[in-house]
Amino acid sequence: MKSYEILGQKDTRSGFGAGLLEAGKQNQNVIALCADLTGSLMMDAFKAEFPDRFIQAGIAEANMMSASAGLAIGGKIPFAGTFANFATGRVYDQIRQGIAYSHKNVKICASHAGLTLGEDGATHQILEDIGLMKMLPGMVVINPCDYNQTKAATIAIAKYDGPCYLRFGRPKWPVFISEDTPFVIGKALMLNEGTDVSIFATGHMVWLAIEAGHALAEKGIHAEIINIHTIKPLDREAILASVRKTGCVVSAEEHQMNGGLGDSIAQLLSRELPTPMEFVAVNDSFGESGTPDQLLKKYGLTAEAIFSAALNAVARKK
Amino acid sequence: MEVTHSSKAMLTMATQIRRDILRMVHAVNSGHPGGSLGCADYFTALFFHFMKHNASHFSMNGNGEDVFFLSNGHISPVYYSALARVGYFPVSELATFRKLNTRLQGHPATHEHLPGIRVATGSLGQGLSVAAGLALQKKMDKDSHTVWVQTGDGELQEGQIWEAVMFASHQKLDNMIVAVDFNQKQIDGSTGEIMGLTEWKSKFLAFNWEVLEMDGNHWDDIMRVVPQAQSKLGAGKPIVIIMKTEMGQGVDFMMGTHAWHGKAPNDEQLEKALAQLSETEHSDY
Repeated sequence: MKSYEILGQKDTRSGFGAGLLEAGKQNQNVIALCADLTGSLMMDAFKAEFPDRFIQAGIAEANMMSASAGLAIGGKIPFAGTFANFATGRVYDQIRQGIAYSHKNVKICASHAGLTLGEDGATHQILEDIGLMKMLPGMVVINPCDYNQTKAATIAIAKYDGPCYLRFGRPKWPVFISEDTPFVIGKALMLNEGTDVSIFATGHMVWLAIEAGHALAEKGIHAEIINIHTIKPLDREAILASVRKTGCVVSAEEHQMNGGLGDSIAQLLSRELPTPMEFVAVNDSFGESGTPDQLLKKYGLTAEAIFSAALNAVARKK
Repeated sequence: MEVTHSSKAMLTMATQIRRDILRMVHAVNSGHPGGSLGCADYFTALFFHFMKHNASHFSMNGNGEDVFFLSNGHISPVYYSALARVGYFPVSELATFRKLNTRLQGHPATHEHLPGIRVATGSLGQGLSVAAGLALQKKMDKDSHTVWVQTGDGELQEGQIWEAVMFASHQKLDNMIVAVDFNQKQIDGSTGEIMGLTEWKSKFLAFNWEVLEMDGNHWDDIMRVVPQAQSKLGAGKPIVIIMKTEMGQGVDFMMGTHAWHGKAPNDEQLEKALAQLSETEHSDY
């Protein structure tokens, strides 16, 4: 099992902020909008560097999303940022009509996604956003795993012409992807080659998958760990190639089981390569207040849960 | 009322657009003739006179030209007819309205690449925000052209409208002229019955907009008020025209009722309606 050095503890939202600043330097058409959460989304550096390209939209997310579509029509590349709950569920129709169906080059930037938002509780802990967004035809859905990957993803989506959903979070989290790792939209990232079980993880769960991989190695189980940062378009080839080799699957995500990454993988496998599969995800439940670690434990999103799921998956192999 | 030669030509075009509207909705037994008929005069004035736009070479970004957004997308028949008649796409294509594989979707959309359309509308309340976004882009890029928008008056019941109204005021989008189709009717009845706050002038004034009022079915009034609105461009405030119209205007049995909001005429009714709108030199599609 390959070892990954922890390069630091940083929040993925800061990776977004750094990537946004860099994207802004690379392309003057990159602009940013925020619905009264500039500090929370780490957009301050962009705002300071490009005050004329930052638009404070106020607590009016519906207008922000539709106005972003209008700005994109004229040639801007709007990065519209707010909490994931307000960037998806609250404005679903605005995104569906004006951005997805109308194919506008808008980047929906969603912070504080999932349980790791923590103490604010279930009102703000959206666990359905990946599902909502991936159902929209033509929408690119990205959920990076650490600071460096989030920064790289932010820069990458600025160069892609079309609607994107970028999901990131609040807690400080191990940084382990090197700064020079290229980010290719739709291309899964192999983290550890293995032969016994494929673990497909996204977002914060990727680090926990690596931890689980070490524990599995101690049991003599060689896990293949693949980081699916792009949930849509899904890297079908990478998934099928891995599963052909290992014969069983675990998916891990900080999201509802319904509609998430595991759902997409299961749909692919059921058609192309039916395979025993276990899901590490929130199981049809809302979250609650608590610290991120407490919540991940209570809702079964831990390295231990991935470890157990992998054992179960391996046991189900014929 | 004095009718100049040019306004006679315009009124003829408005009549042709009304004939198109009726024939389009009749052909597929669906669509929204009422509001479309009511706005035919204003659309004629906008697309054939006031807007500085390039109909023969549509560009999605609208850079360097005036741009129009129809926020109340359900009155697509009047929009499509005006776009075709002014040259965005062949008039013959009006015959495909709402039919399978058409570019003329029930509500305006970009998905099939119909020239003249820049965003999907019809889910009410969103088009004004989109327009505000484009108006802001034009200001950021120092493009001095105007963004024209139309909303329905029933549509003002949508909360997002007031987000956009606030945003446009805060951003000083003084390059945008919004017409509210004040026909006081919506699907279920009169706007007053359904949501009784129907006096809009004071509300837009409270949001620091420039407000004008106009009879949208009176050619001379359109020719008087729209230039007034244009004279307010660049003065720091977004501009709204409360445009009084009659749903079903031009067809006597469709006027004075909300019944024709979203209902197509049958064969007999079409014949009766067209008889009130004499054929023009532009010819039916």
